[in-house]
Amino acid sequence: MNRLFTKLYRIIIAVIILIAGVTFERTGLIKLLSDPYEYPVIMELFLQHLYMVTLSMLFATILGVTAGILLTRHRFRRYAGVCMYIIGLGQTIPSLAVLALAMSFLGIGMKPAVFALTIYSILPIARNTLAGITAVPPELIDAGKGMGMPPMRILMEVELPNAMKVILTGFRVALIINIGTAALAYVIGAGGLGDLIFTGISLMQTDKLLAGAIPVTLLALFADFLSELLGLSLISRGLRLSD
Amino acid sequence: MSTLRFIVDNFSEVMYLSWEHIWIVGIALLIATPIGVVLGIVITKYEQFSSRVLNGANILMTVPSLALFGLMLPVLAIFNMGLGKVPAVIALVLYSQLPIIRNTYTAIKNVPPALVDAGRGMGMSKWKLLRELEIPLAIPVIIAGLRTAAVMNIGVAAIATYIGAGGLGVYIQQGIARVYPEMILSGALLVSLLAIIVDGGMALLERIATPEGIRIQRKLSR
Repeated sequence: MNRLFTKLYRIIIAVIILIAGVTFERTGLIKLLSDPYEYPVIMELFLQHLYMVTLSMLFATILGVTAGILLTRHRFRRYAGVCMYIIGLGQTIPSLAVLALAMSFLGIGMKPAVFALTIYSILPIARNTLAGITAVPPELIDAGKGMGMPPMRILMEVELPNAMKVILTGFRVALIINIGTAALAYVIGAGGLGDLIFTGISLMQTDKLLAGAIPVTLLALFADFLSELLGLSLISRGLRLSD
Repeated sequence: MSTLRFIVDNFSEVMYLSWEHIWIVGIALLIATPIGVVLGIVITKYEQFSSRVLNGANILMTVPSLALFGLMLPVLAIFNMGLGKVPAVIALVLYSQLPIIRNTYTAIKNVPPALVDAGRGMGMSKWKLLRELEIPLAIPVIIAGLRTAAVMNIGVAAIATYIGAGGLGVYIQQGIARVYPEMILSGALLVSLLAIIVDGGMALLERIATPEGIRIQRKLSR
């Protein structure tokens, strides 16, 4: 029964690839991609997209993890509940609204886009860092204290490794949302692959549309895979085995 | 302040666009809920498909919304439905699947086996067990999934403006195009407000839907 389904899956995938191939040919996507004048433009937009995502994720990871760690320290712990609530509220705000708000205060271009993406990506990372560190079993921290570890070492060697899985989940969510939102950044004048998608929609030019939509999708799927890979290298082996 | 003025001045249009927004999200949830819940229940009974279905829904969720609109456009254009509300609703239905399926699945999996045994001991049939025991206990968690889906869908519906679906995203789109900050701000604020209100409303529904026995149990264990 199961082998039958595996074979069925293979047939379905083959059919999908076939249909995709025919669609690409018929819409002229292949011609567009091999056009010596169009190709560099698409490449540049792709790099712009990548640049926006990388820069904002870099800021967001640093700020989000720092905020999460600070909120679990003894001195700031009482603000953790309030901050969680604010983060939850912030996450309900739609991404397009965040971009629009950033634009109305900072103007158009790359800067407000990176700013909005950073702010929007901090939320899941900070939330998961906070939740991950809070969920570390107190026995482990006690054990660390008993071994005479200073607080900094407890954080680096006990709390962070144990919370890493949850933190990485937050990172993954942030990264995928970020890639999707960066596609919208075109509307506030930041370029990126959204340029091709929006132009394609308004001109009903399917080749341009697909030349934007397919790389964005692949980028998001690749990011998903990358976070999985990151988990393999960052989560300690013992914790992975215990799952 | 001028934003508030804009909203007051265009109040009837604001109401119309909000209604359109709610309508798109509501229809999508109405279609997505039966599909998701049934799929979620089916994969608790046929465990061998669970990882495949959940993975599939996860991949759907990974596809960025704008890219999904873009990918659907040439396909739906064959039926002359590439733009407008139809692709928007389809995209929202697809995005809602993961939270609904996942929550239904985990909720029914987490029904204490002792209760299922008790039901079986009372001579309940499999169907009756599902209807009278598993689903009522799972309802709050399923509604939590609907809540996630609804909030996310409000955000995606705002983007769907760009494929001509209407809704409050119109203010953001038109505002950006016309460099009209009051319009942008009122669009962004209204969409956010809608998301926050729906989030709160669904949280309330979640609490109401929790069976009384569980509520008392939770209070006692606290």
